[in-house]
Amino acid sequence: MLQQAFNGLVGGSFYALLALGLAVIFGMLGVVNLAHGAFYMLGAFGAFIALDAFGLNFWVALVLVPLLLGVAGAVLERLFVRRLTPLDPLYNFLFTFGLALILQDLVRREYGVNSQPYPRPPELAGTVDLGLFTYPAYQVFVLAVSALMCVAVWVVLTRTRVGMIVRAATERPELTRALGIDVGRWVTPVFGFGIALAAFAGVLAAPMRAVNPLMGADLIITVFAVVVIGGLGSVFGSVAAGFAVGLVSALGNLYVPALSQITVFILMAAVLLWRPAGLFGREEAYR
Amino acid sequence: MLRVDGLSAWYGEAQALREVSMRVDEGEIVTLVGRNGAGKTTLLRCLMGLHGTYGRTMGTISVSGVDVTGLPPHARARRGLGYVPDDRGIYATLSVEENLMLAPVVKSGGGPEPWPLERVYETFPHLRERRRSPGTTLSGGEQQMLVLARVLRTGARLLLCDEPTEGLSPLFVQRIGEILREVREAGTTVLLVEQNVHFAASVADRHYLLAEGRIVESLDRDQVREREHQLLEYLGI
Ligand SMILES: Nc1ncnc2c1ncn2[C@@H]1O[C@H](COP(=O)(O)OP(=O)(O)OP(=O)(O)O)[C@@H](O)[C@H]1O
Ligand SMILES: [Mg+2]
Repeated sequence: MLQQAFNGLVGGSFYALLALGLAVIFGMLGVVNLAHGAFYMLGAFGAFIALDAFGLNFWVALVLVPLLLGVAGAVLERLFVRRLTPLDPLYNFLFTFGLALILQDLVRREYGVNSQPYPRPPELAGTVDLGLFTYPAYQVFVLAVSALMCVAVWVVLTRTRVGMIVRAATERPELTRALGIDVGRWVTPVFGFGIALAAFAGVLAAPMRAVNPLMGADLIITVFAVVVIGGLGSVFGSVAAGFAVGLVSALGNLYVPALSQITVFILMAAVLLWRPAGLFGREEAYR
Repeated sequence: MLRVDGLSAWYGEAQALREVSMRVDEGEIVTLVGRNGAGKTTLLRCLMGLHGTYGRTMGTISVSGVDVTGLPPHARARRGLGYVPDDRGIYATLSVEENLMLAPVVKSGGGPEPWPLERVYETFPHLRERRRSPGTTLSGGEQQMLVLARVLRTGARLLLCDEPTEGLSPLFVQRIGEILREVREAGTTVLLVEQNVHFAASVADRHYLLAEGRIVESLDRDQVREREHQLLEYLGI
């Protein structure tokens, strides 16, 4: 039971990292990035390719791959997303959705649908004695580093001037411009950062999840449910909901295995009935 | 200081401003009065460069002799326009102090001295007490003080205030009058949208009357005093 709960939190780490990126992007740009799962997948493949083709180990990949994909995300924002945001939100919806399909198929053409093997970093190959049970060291690492990452983002958002600008631009983009802040200049790095977080989660996933072109598509549906549960655009909400959903689905899996695939959605429906704007969402619509 | 020539603005097909031309000289307080829907808010938003998301505009706007018509809102703010929106525009996700510190100080000198945070807190002690609370937890009057303090801290040269006294108790209205006179002394220019004719007459040097998107009259202080009743009737108050 405790062990299952721990599994849930580890799974929740991935939800939290992905939901965090989605929330920041949605908040600042008002764009629902449907390609987020694809960038998670690219992160995992990036780690695989780095090792396979360039002999770069996990630790290098963990830094390098999110960096490169983050830059790619920033370029994407500059070239495409930015042009579409003034139009109907549907355009960015379709654009990111199409992009996800293209990225998936490009990877599939190169590597097929089978999962690629990716070894655990040797430093984290063993197990850790957690007192009540022993647990694979790598999983403990994933949980710790994800939690740390979420805390770091939280600190930046709440304690720095950059974070203040992001919060202000999320709440009232037009007014923030009228107060003398070039919101557009911040949009590109924020988008890139959100993508980098997805890629970071992808690299973390490579040693413990099957690395295949569809891994992102499978995960992202749940992540959207997580974002809705946490409250669209609420950064704190999406992280909390990420870990909570991981926990609930793992425990659900234990007690009612028949429902394991849909516990998240039951949870989402229940939360929405109770609080239509999500747990930490604000009631009023975004401007 | 501010010069507007032939400014027109549309919401889709509906025209909200019709060739508005006006000017505000340095150190003046000028009010813009007009009925609900006359286009006062639209005019201020055009001056700030915020109308673009709603529809087309035409005409030119210049500030201190520089044409700012093509500039985005943040560039206008950096040139000294300080915007006080009609809904106050306090951020719920920012603390009182962050609300104050968000807007950067206006660049290039020549204008009024930016208020240091310490002066803001001395003038509005209540804001200091509540500096860590979310901005929207302040009372309506305190929120209006916060919004004024926010633009004063930037050293804005021309304040564009959209009905700052709306819904406030007489005490706060009086306070706003004092602050406006005080900042005028320091060299700040103010364009004030106001429904409260009495208040407008008490602070402003000149008045423009806006009706259906047109400037229909330009009045000085004495004319407004003489015609206060007629104006009130016209405004339907
Ligand atoms: N977002 C909008 N979309 C369409 N029309 C609008 C919009 N905002 C204002 N209008 C129209 O433009 C005209 C001018 O509105 P505006 O808000 O500028 O008036 P106002 O003088 O500020 O009124 P009030 O005293 O009520 O604040 C009105 O006819 C209004 O119906
Ligand atoms: Mg108005």
